Amino acid sequence: MSTATVGVSEAAAAPPVEAVKEAVIRIAGNSQDGIQAIGGFLARLAGRSEQDVMTYMTIPSTISGGPSIFQVRIGSGEVHSSGDEADVLLAFYQHSYEEHIVHLKKGGIVLYDADHVEPKPDWELEYRHVGVPISGLTVEAIGGTTRDKGKNVYALGLIAKMFDLDAAKLRNLIGERFSGKDTSVAANALNAFEAGYSYSVGHLLNTFRFVDSQRRGIKQVVMNGNEALAYGLIAAGVRFGAGYPITPWTDIMELLRRELPKYGGMFVQCEDEIASIAMALGASYAGHLAVTGTSGPGLSLKTEALGWGVMAEVPLVLVNVQRGGPSTGLPTNVEQSDLNIACFGSHGDCPRVVLAPANVEDCFYTAIEAVNQARQYSVPVIILTDQAIATRIEAFEQPKLEQICQQLTPDFTPVATFKPYDLSAPNGIAHHRPPGTRILDGRYPIASGLEHDEYGHPTASAKLHTLMSAKRRKKLQALAAQLPPPKLYGPPQGKLLLVGWGSTHGPICEAVDRARAMGESVSALHLKHLHPLPNGLEQLFSAFTHTRVVEMNDEGVYGYGQLAGILRARYCNPKILGINKTDGLTFKVREIVQRVNAEVVDGMQKY
Amino acid sequence: MSATLTEPAPPQATVAAPDPTTAAAAADRKPLTRKEIIGDHPTWCPGCGDFSVLAVYFKLIEKRKLWHEKIVTVAGIGCSSRFPYFLQAHGAHFIHGRALPFATGLSLARPDLHVFAFGGDGDAFSIGGNHFTHTARKNLNLTYVVMDNQVYGLTKKQTSPTSPLGFKSKTDLWGAVDYPINPMKQAIMAGATFVARTSHTNPAHVLQMMEAALDHEGFSFIECLSECVEFYQGAFDASNPRKGGAFNLVPAEHDVTDEMAAYRLAGEPLPGHFGIFYQVKRPTKNALEAKIIKDVREKFKGLEDWQILQKTFDRMN
Ligand SMILES: Cc1ncc(C[n+]2csc(CCOP(=O)(O)OP(=O)(O)O)c2C)c(N)n1
Ligand code: SF4
Ligand SMILES: [Mg+2]
Repeated sequence: MSTATVGVSEAAAAPPVEAVKEAVIRIAGNSQDGIQAIGGFLARLAGRSEQDVMTYMTIPSTISGGPSIFQVRIGSGEVHSSGDEADVLLAFYQHSYEEHIVHLKKGGIVLYDADHVEPKPDWELEYRHVGVPISGLTVEAIGGTTRDKGKNVYALGLIAKMFDLDAAKLRNLIGERFSGKDTSVAANALNAFEAGYSYSVGHLLNTFRFVDSQRRGIKQVVMNGNEALAYGLIAAGVRFGAGYPITPWTDIMELLRRELPKYGGMFVQCEDEIASIAMALGASYAGHLAVTGTSGPGLSLKTEALGWGVMAEVPLVLVNVQRGGPSTGLPTNVEQSDLNIACFGSHGDCPRVVLAPANVEDCFYTAIEAVNQARQYSVPVIILTDQAIATRIEAFEQPKLEQICQQLTPDFTPVATFKPYDLSAPNGIAHHRPPGTRILDGRYPIASGLEHDEYGHPTASAKLHTLMSAKRRKKLQALAAQLPPPKLYGPPQGKLLLVGWGSTHGPICEAVDRARAMGESVSALHLKHLHPLPNGLEQLFSAFTHTRVVEMNDEGVYGYGQLAGILRARYCNPKILGINKTDGLTFKVREIVQRVNAEVVDGMQKY
Repeated sequence: MSATLTEPAPPQATVAAPDPTTAAAAADRKPLTRKEIIGDHPTWCPGCGDFSVLAVYFKLIEKRKLWHEKIVTVAGIGCSSRFPYFLQAHGAHFIHGRALPFATGLSLARPDLHVFAFGGDGDAFSIGGNHFTHTARKNLNLTYVVMDNQVYGLTKKQTSPTSPLGFKSKTDLWGAVDYPINPMKQAIMAGATFVARTSHTNPAHVLQMMEAALDHEGFSFIECLSECVEFYQGAFDASNPRKGGAFNLVPAEHDVTDEMAAYRLAGEPLPGHFGIFYQVKRPTKNALEAKIIKDVREKFKGLEDWQILQKTFDRMN
């Protein structure tokens, strides 16, 4: 908890109030306890209060429940990551207490359910313990048995009191959440909240108040990365999608299935991932740019058809929410190990576009960018997100929808003549005329997976294969030339440049802040456009003595991760090395800083 | 309010409800001539059964006044799947076995088009077997013609899923040992709503089946025996009167809505019967999805798309 000003109130019985800029609260229990719901309420409250918020959660991969956590970091300033260590641990069970106390700061507060947790004397010396018989008091407040769900909302009341949260807004959120359901459910939830809220924790410890957010006047929305991506696709005008369920992609397809009909669109649940991409390509070819998506194993299945999209030059958006691999791997953990398959997967020379959003807000805008690039360059675009970004909740400035939302209407205007694969098109960029278009000279186009001539008819001409291969490649080179140069975080020269992509953006930036605060000369570069890469990166790299690519993937047979491999191949720069990990969890700021110190800063000082 | 996928904005009127102006114009418009539809010269071996299927397709286009902008032809990979290149019309040559899901995307996104998919027995029942089942059960509005030659033609004589037991191929030197798939049974079981059998040796019958399939609302499946003269010559002689066989039409008293009767017809050994085995009415996925869209959109009448999204975001702050 970063403290701004301390000790505001010293009134006799009232606990001292501490003003804080931010706090990390970790809630640990079992998945069926509704701890995700408390986290969600806190995140949304922060959003409504113009605070920054970032969450982190784990869900067991089995449906029967089991230990689960939700960590929420709320701040009055900018919040980049979900926080390394918690200021407060709310523990529902003995196992929650014992497993998660290591994630609590020394001197932090353990708020535990005294009906289930037996505190350990050793730990009582290191952490401030507050026992509240949460289960019993919830039953007292609303009846039922302790197995009932109300205790999460009771605990929310305790936290609301402890952090002086806006109780009125929370009551509204609870009311909204349980609206539509049986009114007694909402009433029970509110009763549980009030009971928790009025329970006096004050005599046990101090309470906290967030200093006012600096971002007055900004209307925020609160959602997770999967939601942001799906709504981004809708805003971009995508009206057709097809997919097959697989964690953590499934939420996107469920959301699109539910939402698209409102916009006149539809989402089809298919028999498998191959059918899904085939169907999406069919709709795209028909003139309605479509989306398909998946995670891990599903991407492997889609690669043959992806190659058809590249060959036939049919636009498509393919979302891949990365999880641990290979094979079924770690279905509910995070990893960034699909970069190679995204950039290169599929047989043959198969140039496609790959984008990776850096945070939840970026998921929304990346979806729109992907749609527009797919259309502009007639090419499949892969959006690589990951389990961490998919499930974490952030607050961000509400997009200006009236300006942003696009209508994509296919053009069926008759044309005199048409070559779908016109070799004279500038930079090789030609667009399809969807079926339904009359072509007055009577020569109709075929979208073809065989190497073809300019009309799409098969050819065995070696010369045409060379020309068409170049055409497909040149489109990406033209795109690369259009990409904005990525911005450096920190000064444009120094000892060490950290390079990252995707969801590691937050922890990398925080690591830079910390290292710089310790006097080290470190900057960071975050790449969103992974294939093609923007031009000019070599100049950025050359201003630093060392480069480390921070990735959640294995260091590989040759000692560097997947993006590092691509950058080495691109720039022939043996200084590019990696900071990698494969523990299935997001990078902690501390982990990056330690690796930076161990591998680079200490190493450099030796010279 | 913008157009929806199922109710496209003009100029494209739907097949179901043609716009009166287009209908009037359509009456004057001359049907396409064979010359206007012929595409690349087929790469098939001389005498291949697929030629007559293509000729019938041309005839269907002429006879039923299917204009270039009203149809689309899709195929997977195989000799038979080369189809789209051989006519002058919008078409897509997709990947092996996946023509049906591709055609599904087309059909759902474009109710104004009639989607025809063509393929071989390997494409349909081996690599694409699962897609066949699911397209049938979803009852997509499209026509699927499988040119069954009971062999892999393009890859030069391997056993196909419909090759009869004992068929000697390069992968079954001692004769095929795996029990063959029966396409007609497969289609009936999967829930296809139009299931017909024909043979390339009788083009008039192929045309009759294609017309019936075109008129059918839903997934119309035609198994067309189509001889591979290169790798399985004489496979269907038993059904060819010119070769001493018998081309028996489905008995007049056969009830096409009787699933068990259709299944019994499907089980007959060669030559069996030819004609429509099974035809029932069941709502198409196209219609069911259109209804979902229509019902959901009732609640958002008069709102622009961005306003609908705004409403959602208003609940997410
Ligand atoms: C994924 C994939 N596997 C294998 C092939 C090779 N292949 C092309 S066509 C074919 C079989 C064709 O048989 P069928 O579908 O019966 O068509 P026919 O040539 O007999 O008309 C095979 C195995 C391919 N193109 N793609
Ligand atoms: S190999 Fe057989 S199926 Fe292929 S074109 Fe020749 S005859 Fe027809
Ligand atoms: Mg065959």
